[in-house]
Amino acid sequence: MANNMAEEVKLFKTWSNIFGLRVVWALKLKGIEYEAIDEDLSNKSALLLQYNPVYKKVPVLVHNGKPVSESLLILEYIDETWNQNPILPEDPFERARQRFLAKFNEEKLLPTIWAIFTKEGKDREEAMAASVENLKFVEEELKGKKFFGSEKIGLADLVFGWMANLIGIFEEVIGLKIVDERYPLLLAWMQEFYELPVIKDTWPPHDKMIIKYQALYENYHPAK
Amino acid sequence: MEGAVVLLDFWPSMFGMRTRIALAEKGIKYEYKEEDLRNKSELLLQMNPVHKKIPVLIHNGKPVCESLIQVQYIDEVWNDRAPLLPSDPYKRAIARFWADFIDKKIYDQGSKVWKTKGEEQETAKKEFIESLKLLEGELGDKAYFGGENLGFVDVALVPFYSWFYAYEKCGNFSIEAECPKLIAWAMRCMQKESVAKSLPDREKIYEFILHMKKIFGIE
Repeated sequence: MANNMAEEVKLFKTWSNIFGLRVVWALKLKGIEYEAIDEDLSNKSALLLQYNPVYKKVPVLVHNGKPVSESLLILEYIDETWNQNPILPEDPFERARQRFLAKFNEEKLLPTIWAIFTKEGKDREEAMAASVENLKFVEEELKGKKFFGSEKIGLADLVFGWMANLIGIFEEVIGLKIVDERYPLLLAWMQEFYELPVIKDTWPPHDKMIIKYQALYENYHPAK
Repeated sequence: MEGAVVLLDFWPSMFGMRTRIALAEKGIKYEYKEEDLRNKSELLLQMNPVHKKIPVLIHNGKPVCESLIQVQYIDEVWNDRAPLLPSDPYKRAIARFWADFIDKKIYDQGSKVWKTKGEEQETAKKEFIESLKLLEGELGDKAYFGGENLGFVDVALVPFYSWFYAYEKCGNFSIEAECPKLIAWAMRCMQKESVAKSLPDREKIYEFILHMKKIFGIE
């Protein structure tokens, strides 16, 4: 096994949080054994607050008692600590590209798609227009590649991975198509990623997700 | 590792300053190209079509965007001198955490200090100082965030020092009074040639902000 006797790896996350899920994928990819601690974010544990005093958020990875927070930082930490099945390529330019894509997801793609979910009227229209631009870029990025990491999945795949599950859930709850036939490469990638052996058993239960996001949606769009 | 290096930049940009410092620390010769952000060059639009922003580092014709990504790229390519990130993975994670914290907090909070007034400005000043105090805590008794030498967090943060004077004038407060250790750290950094030649004069930044306030119609 990948761990030696002295390794102790804990992951604070929740059952549905997509940022924690990325870390689960990285740990599975490298065959690292860990203890998963699912938090109730309305009642955060003392340990979580101790390990992440600055943001008080999940996920937090604790390796031999030392905490790392912020999912992208955790992914890089995992990649640098356990060398098997690398998440980042060797070439510095390619590494920079993967990091750029990861940042693009966090700052552009994810927020605009989330805004489609949470907003209505003109704000939603703007979010949809912005998402189209962002999705076009992501589609372009996949040209000539099987994954964002090229032959096998890398950092960008793990970071975009939320789409493979959550886009479908959003579309079901909202009743709107977000990733349609304009993005054939992206649709193919989502399908491929969803089914990967390392990924497919990690998805949170579909029914539970629908209930959760349905309730969230009603919060954002209360019946008048 | 050698090959043409070009930096598309804008003189008051803290983000551009980070890349300037990293290049200077490593002793890399490069061509500096000043962009007029109201009239962006073809090269900028071609090299950063997604965000159309500076700084853009172009190495052997290939662009690297986003300042902290550029600093890591520079550290990885020119890995035989002046390391900016530590070699230990946990220490690297800590360095990245604080650089990320600076990105999440300092720019927006600092901006609010000069762009707002009244209650909003008081809140902005308070939050800004709180963030700086957290960073002061992280610095502790070290000479630099990187320990004995300039590191990733130093490079990420020190450019904002060139804007502190402008923030203080606009907000009518003293950052040194609240965070003396941080100012001492900043002045220590300014002793380094790589930092001193990468940061513009603070009066020029203040003039720039006054000009921006006119344009934005902010008193």
